[in-house]
Amino acid sequence: MTARLPCPIPAHADLAPGADPTVVTRGHIGSPDPRPNARRLLQGRGTYIDDLRVPRLAHVVFLRSPHAHARILKIDSSTASRAPGVLGVFDGPAIAAICKPWVGVLAHLKGIKSAEQYPLAIERACWQGEPVVAIVAETRAQAEDARELIEVQWEVLPAITDMDASLAGDPVLHPELGDNICFERSVDTGGIDEVFAQADVVVEETFQFGRHTGVCPEGRSILADYNAAEHSLLVHHSTQAPHMIHDVLARHFDIPEAQVRVLCHDVGGAYGIKVHVYPDEICTVATSILLRRPVKFVADRMESFVSDIHAREHKATVRLAARHDGTILGIDLRDLTAIGPYSMYPRTSGIEGNQVVNLTGGPYRHQHYRAHMQAVFTNKNVTCQYRAVGHPIAVAITEGIVDLAAERLGIDPAEFRRRNLIPDDAYPYAFPSGVRFEQLSHQQCLDRLLELMDYEHLRADQAAARARGCYRGIGLAAMIEVTNPSAAFYGVGGARISSQDGATVRLEPTGALTVLCSVTEQGQGTETVFAQIAADVLGVSMERVRVITGDTAATPYGGGTWGSRGAGIGGEAVLQSARALRAQVLDAAAAILSCDKAQLDIAQDAVIDRLSGQTRLSLAELGRICYYRPDTLPAGFQSELVATRHYVPRDYAFAFTNGIQASWVEVDIETGFVQLLGHWCVEDCGTVINPLLVDEQIRGGVVQGLGAALLEECCYDDQGQMLNAHLGDYLVPMALEMPDIVCAHVQTPTRTSELGAKGAGEAGTAGAPAAVMNAINDALRPLAARVTAQPFTPERILAALGRV
Amino acid sequence: MKPSPFDYVRATNLTEALALLERHGEQAQILAGGQTLIATLNMRLSAPDWLIDITRIPGLSGITLTETHLVIGALTTHREIERSALVAQYAPLLGQAAPHIAHAAIRNSGTIGGSIAFADPAAEWPACCVALDARFVIQALSGERRVSARTFFRGLYDTDRAAHEIITAIEIPRERAPRRSVFMELARRHGDYAIVGVALLGRVDQGRLSDVAIGYVGAGATPLLAQGAMAALEGQAADADVLARAKAALAQDLDPSGDLYNSPATKRHLAAVLLERAVKQLLA
Repeated sequence: MTARLPCPIPAHADLAPGADPTVVTRGHIGSPDPRPNARRLLQGRGTYIDDLRVPRLAHVVFLRSPHAHARILKIDSSTASRAPGVLGVFDGPAIAAICKPWVGVLAHLKGIKSAEQYPLAIERACWQGEPVVAIVAETRAQAEDARELIEVQWEVLPAITDMDASLAGDPVLHPELGDNICFERSVDTGGIDEVFAQADVVVEETFQFGRHTGVCPEGRSILADYNAAEHSLLVHHSTQAPHMIHDVLARHFDIPEAQVRVLCHDVGGAYGIKVHVYPDEICTVATSILLRRPVKFVADRMESFVSDIHAREHKATVRLAARHDGTILGIDLRDLTAIGPYSMYPRTSGIEGNQVVNLTGGPYRHQHYRAHMQAVFTNKNVTCQYRAVGHPIAVAITEGIVDLAAERLGIDPAEFRRRNLIPDDAYPYAFPSGVRFEQLSHQQCLDRLLELMDYEHLRADQAAARARGCYRGIGLAAMIEVTNPSAAFYGVGGARISSQDGATVRLEPTGALTVLCSVTEQGQGTETVFAQIAADVLGVSMERVRVITGDTAATPYGGGTWGSRGAGIGGEAVLQSARALRAQVLDAAAAILSCDKAQLDIAQDAVIDRLSGQTRLSLAELGRICYYRPDTLPAGFQSELVATRHYVPRDYAFAFTNGIQASWVEVDIETGFVQLLGHWCVEDCGTVINPLLVDEQIRGGVVQGLGAALLEECCYDDQGQMLNAHLGDYLVPMALEMPDIVCAHVQTPTRTSELGAKGAGEAGTAGAPAAVMNAINDALRPLAARVTAQPFTPERILAALGRV
Repeated sequence: MKPSPFDYVRATNLTEALALLERHGEQAQILAGGQTLIATLNMRLSAPDWLIDITRIPGLSGITLTETHLVIGALTTHREIERSALVAQYAPLLGQAAPHIAHAAIRNSGTIGGSIAFADPAAEWPACCVALDARFVIQALSGERRVSARTFFRGLYDTDRAAHEIITAIEIPRERAPRRSVFMELARRHGDYAIVGVALLGRVDQGRLSDVAIGYVGAGATPLLAQGAMAALEGQAADADVLARAKAALAQDLDPSGDLYNSPATKRHLAAVLLERAVKQLLA
């Protein structure tokens, strides 16, 4: 039995009228309950799309463009069509005939533009990896064999691979758009030039970020099963947002919404990769409709690298103005990012750059800010929202320039941050970029971090190491993070993406609970968190709660999982629906026991007497009576043992969280190798529902951030060919190179919900790269060397040291 | 990722395997451990018509000692070499190199013969064999021959082995007193192919080096014997000047091509760093 922590559900005076005011501590919320689904997954009994077998199943593979930019002159698939097992070979026009094209723009991103995109390229392919021909066969192997028989005549066109060249606009990738700028945004508080002119110190640096991607253990996959008899579509999909996909499929294939069902099974990791509309997945649905057969597509690892969204190719120049005492006066930013040939649908590829503008400088209290960001088209794979969207860029820019300012002023980096971080008593607070913070805890987090890592001890160790020629460094990275997004994220821009989520909680005849929630599970433990909340509110044991997610035919409507919203939004929906059910259960108990509802409570799977704690009626008995012997209930009483509630944040556009990370590294100055000696993260996600799962999220996120800092990059040549589209050369972080990652939490519950939970899933990724960069530069400081281009490879470090 | 169609034969003895190779020549591939071949098949980078599985052929596996050699059967796995007491005694270099090969699960299936035949210049065994002056026993239907490791590797993935031949064993000269050895490599993640690696052998007598041999991993199209650096170190006390000369000699000895993350200049720099570290460790 694990230790139970006190339930941190805050007692709010401002409960909705009629709400049950009693919240009894049951002990699950705040407890490190292990994930019930982990056992199933570890025993190999998970169900992924690749595991599904249905009668008459066919398999689709795609011939993808080998060129970054090429005109399709002719496709000869006559031999392939006759190859063994082949059921159909389709080109762009054949698929376009039954599927409406899309354009990845949103109204609230003013001026964003993109070109029409089809499931398969028509006339022209715009990146290496763009699907061009779909081949459907009885088996995957037959489809791959047939693919080799297709001959495509290409006219290779000049590829735009450099973002500065793209900005210059020669040539223009989509002539109808006029230039190569997909989206640009500026923020200016005014007065920035005066501030910089009068500052004691101005520092400037350019930071570069390599393209990388999220590598899901389960590749993207979909099984589309079109039923011509009822013009209905069942789609088994490895996705984060089943309702969004449901809506897209209904609209683009003209199938009534009620005749579409999107069903998720186990989703093997997603990280934002699986929240977009991919041409090959839509094409899979199209082939099912055309062939009237179920068709499956599972992206293999190599095609994943050239078709899963990429992210984070940025070049940012930032200036910071400060006083002698370290006070930051203003930040001036120019950011350029390349997003590939199309803005991704439906969330667009403008959000990452937009976030960089929103978040740069975010932890600090300067009042002057100017930023200009441009996102340009190139002939590389499309980019879009990947875990911590924009945050790793903004945090690295901010923390890199902050460290440079501290160095220039001779102020210890921790002290420099203490002087500039927004004080904990300054909230609510409006940041110059326009975002608003309800309540953050930067100063508390900094204190906790320095204590946790024993900062003074590490500084002493660093000095001792330097004395023996060993170069160690400490890097700090404070951060803010967007979580619990409201409709301000997508809905206001016209995207048909729900920002509210819903939960249904049902008491079964045995006294067990079934929870159905529109937020989905990708392996992070969302379902466990929901079970904990429902178990707590209803006084049932965890083993008696079953959670169902990821089925648009069963769960309430909602957004799914993205933007660090699962616990904060979905959890609150579960809390509110469980509360409503609890009141209904007590109504039924009062009717059965002929007593006043106020005398009753629920604990340990039974209705109890509130004062004495004595068991009055087990929930199983209550269920038996209400379902099987309703005839014994008082006349006119109808029990309702199911409740549904929805939740969407309304007071703030986002529930901002904050935190700070530290990295402790040793740089081998002869080889340029970086050894990660330790990593610490203190963050504030409000109410911690499950410390075990939150720490797992932080650690997993940190590891993805460490990958970005040191290892991961989608390397392209100047012809637009990705050179490392396999796991042999695309280096994901592995356990043996990872340091111990120590996590701690400051809990500042958001008052916008009763649960008080904010998001935690992206914090690790947001801050880790900046912490590592600052640690490396701290280690190299005595040698007057700096690195600013991620990933920090041995060669880049050696180059900075002048050794190669 | 499905391989192109191929026919599969599991040979039950060497003669059968050699006969199959005679018949199918370049159209056949030998499956020894599958460490590299299975991946390349699935990626359709290799598409043989025939896959000849030699893994069940008796007598091709195991480590034995003769009067003159330590003999390692071609089908001996990396893991067996890593854990072998005979190897630890008579060719400790191999035991030092083994942990750098991929990960334990892969070392349980990959074989030394497969690694030698594939001849990846970034692999550990070829460079170790060159440094150890090993020879390879190569069998054809027409008979058996022995080839020195120092002449076996001819170019990138190109060796002296003909398509109809099978490597059956690796023979390492027995030394009355084995030389000291050091194996070092630089890989960004444990288990990856090294950016560059060094296998160093030598004797140390009153601070002077003798019988020096240096093999390089990932420093050219083939595993390389750094003869210039060997000559610079031979008979010398490894002081700063000698080390500088040895490192300078690497400029002629090595011919690395760049990879995705490292230019030839970076590899040369790292090779020199490794040489100095390896020598210092050998002397320690």
